[in-house]
Amino acid sequence: MSLLEIENLTLDIGGTPILKGVDLSIAEGEVMGLVGESGSGKSMTALAIMQLMPYAARASGRVTFNGIDILGASEQAMCRLRGDDIGMVFQEPMTALNPVKTIGEQVSEGIRWHTGANRADAEARARKILDRVGLPEAKFPLSRYPHELSGGQRQRVVIAIACALKPKLLIADEPTTALDVVLQKQILELLKDLVDENRMGLLLISHDLAVVADMADRVTIMRHGEVMEDGETAKTLSEQVHPYTRQLAQASMHVPARPHTTAASSKAENLLEIRNVSRDYPGRRVSLFRKGEPFRAVNDVSFSLKPGQSVALVGRSGCGKSTLARMILALDAPTAGDIRFLGDSLLGKDETALRPFRRNMQVVFQDPYGSFNPRHTVERLVSEPLHLLDGKPTPAERRERVAKALHEVGLAKADMDKYPHEFSGGQRQRLSIARAIITEPKLIVADEPVSALDVSIRAQILDLFADLNQRLGVAYLFITHDLTVARAITDEVMVMHDGRIVEEGRTGDILDHPQSDAAKALVAAAPDLHRAIAKRFQEQG
Amino acid sequence: MTAFLLKRLLIGLATLVVASLVVFTVMEILPGDAAMLMLGMNASPAALDALREQMGLNQPVIMRYLNWMAGLAVGDFGRSFTYSSPVIDLIAERAVVSLPLALMALVMSTAIAIPVGLFAAARRGKTADAVAMGAAQIGVAVPNFWFALLLVYVFAVWLRWVPAGGFPGWSAGLWPGLKALILPSVALALPQAAILARVTRSAMLEVLGEDYIRTARAKGMPRRIVLWRHALRNAMIPVLTILGLQFAFLLAGTIIIENVFYLPGLGRLVFQAITQRDLIVVEGVVILLVASVIVVNLLVDLAYALVDPRLRIRA
Repeated sequence: MSLLEIENLTLDIGGTPILKGVDLSIAEGEVMGLVGESGSGKSMTALAIMQLMPYAARASGRVTFNGIDILGASEQAMCRLRGDDIGMVFQEPMTALNPVKTIGEQVSEGIRWHTGANRADAEARARKILDRVGLPEAKFPLSRYPHELSGGQRQRVVIAIACALKPKLLIADEPTTALDVVLQKQILELLKDLVDENRMGLLLISHDLAVVADMADRVTIMRHGEVMEDGETAKTLSEQVHPYTRQLAQASMHVPARPHTTAASSKAENLLEIRNVSRDYPGRRVSLFRKGEPFRAVNDVSFSLKPGQSVALVGRSGCGKSTLARMILALDAPTAGDIRFLGDSLLGKDETALRPFRRNMQVVFQDPYGSFNPRHTVERLVSEPLHLLDGKPTPAERRERVAKALHEVGLAKADMDKYPHEFSGGQRQRLSIARAIITEPKLIVADEPVSALDVSIRAQILDLFADLNQRLGVAYLFITHDLTVARAITDEVMVMHDGRIVEEGRTGDILDHPQSDAAKALVAAAPDLHRAIAKRFQEQG
Repeated sequence: MTAFLLKRLLIGLATLVVASLVVFTVMEILPGDAAMLMLGMNASPAALDALREQMGLNQPVIMRYLNWMAGLAVGDFGRSFTYSSPVIDLIAERAVVSLPLALMALVMSTAIAIPVGLFAAARRGKTADAVAMGAAQIGVAVPNFWFALLLVYVFAVWLRWVPAGGFPGWSAGLWPGLKALILPSVALALPQAAILARVTRSAMLEVLGEDYIRTARAKGMPRRIVLWRHALRNAMIPVLTILGLQFAFLLAGTIIIENVFYLPGLGRLVFQAITQRDLIVVEGVVILLVASVIVVNLLVDLAYALVDPRLRIRA
């Protein structure tokens, strides 16, 4: 008998159907990958197993864990199961821990609750599991608070909480989506080892086929609350019998067509030139009278960008890439060095003097939900950068320009009078691109522009970026930790590590033959669907 | 942590100096000076001059301000002309009524508001929530003197449990003194509690939607325990802010309440001083109230640091 058996699970929230007859089973020691795009119901399936569904959710069907009927179980019985027999790891490690409690308290709390152990014994066990997840006592005593840890370290604490009592089933809901690729690999390996050691069943929820291909014995593919296909991982993902499986696989490896990759008009004047730029941040005060050592976020960086060129700046989180981007956008000033755009320095200029630069240099951010004021119309939002123009456009001109920008990004003129909430995530990212191109800039700085998007939407947005580059000749600086984005859309790559650019060159060369340790680590950690499937087949012989 | 404390202390002191300047300037702008007020409108110019000389009113403004400040620093608040006794003695005599009153009201409002807010948040959308928040709505809307009258009618006139007003003095014993302060402090506390309960509820609801609450639930902790152990402390931060701000309103409220209940407190002292244009007393009491608000907010800042470890290093 399976450890977890879900039969015909149907769930609605206030009458809106979320899950429609989901079937899924996990055997002891088995890793099940649950794949789907946002809104497909994968997280809700996990919450139904935990019985932690949102208010007003109603579930029917059968969920059996270890012979216990979960949907019929009392809250008391569920409290005994949660954290003891079923552990759960969440997506966002930055907010998953209580900021006012030490990690020791948070790990030992569940141990004490389930085993009735006294404080000292529970803390000893907490210590052991924290050691096991890679947080040794010397650097991570139990008295640490979450804000003293990085995202990857916090995720290790969450894993320690979930695995402290060696549950029979571990549910991991997008456990690495918020982390950079190197951390992702470390966390996935940790999960794999823990599952093997204790013969846990693992339900791994992810939107990333490559991650699932690497980790899971079997996969279940969901869409719109229904299971599309399920089966043995390598077979399902290589044969792609179901059209949706094929669509997902193709979208996740999509490379947009870019016929003329900037014959990098090497003779053209440099559009952007960064010369020996450094940026220091003041260190934390050591005592009342002594300042801490300043922290150098960007260290002596130089590079240049030609018109129409598409360049990726890749690196792990915290390597200084966003700081560099802020300085290029003149939102922050370098401590040393010079930044020249269109042949003139950006430094020491006031806002009025910066206007011609700003209109030629726009930005697209990661989060298409947070970057719009929800109470403004699309016309107002998209036309915002127009104040950078010298003459104020008339209302008619303004509408015309907005319409043109919307058209360029594949939206309709009629969308102008709508509000942001009327658009999906992908459409919103199109809106931010429309806002960026409305002043017809020569450079767009895009900070992780597709990492919050589903694979199929992401493929479309990458196509759009490629298309605008080809038609309008916009140069791009893509800031990303995702090498597939770099490979899909850029001519050149710069690898940043600890504030320095450690390697640069043509995208294909660097991603296929990285030289520096930092680049090698990034390439080795990046999930790759083909490689993962090949490895699985090899293991099976 | 010491740097944080020191910084807060300096800010508090600076605020006090600015407040003293404002109080002093206002008194300067008002027509007439202390000598004229003491001798009345019909006093002879010679007598006025003599008194001004004696009181140091002929000195330049700066000197008078500095003298006043130097006096304040050593506890010399000047001399009241209506009571013809040192202001500091008047204040000390009245503070033993007002201070316990304000403290009782503060403790009472917190003791009512936090459980009610917690309870309403835990039962969000249910009848209990609606009842608690309906009551809070009434508490916010009804002025405290009306509560005071209602309380007097029910508990003093009708049930005869406590006196309707007046203060027997602490020399009469602890219990009679406290008994006289019960109704006034309830009347002061209720409107404050109503606001605080609403803040507590919304802060709790916000915290209950946080990811770490789900993490705690996924550990197997029952809702009730999660509420107390994980949600409450995080929700305390906005509650403390409001508590600090409310203290100033509480002090202002004592002026009305002490008059309703005939309590010989600071509120009544300042009220009488204003009607009798005893400006030296007004100045002294106002500075004292400002200082107490600053001290309370300093304590709130300290409490923040106790509640939230992230604040301990930042400053």
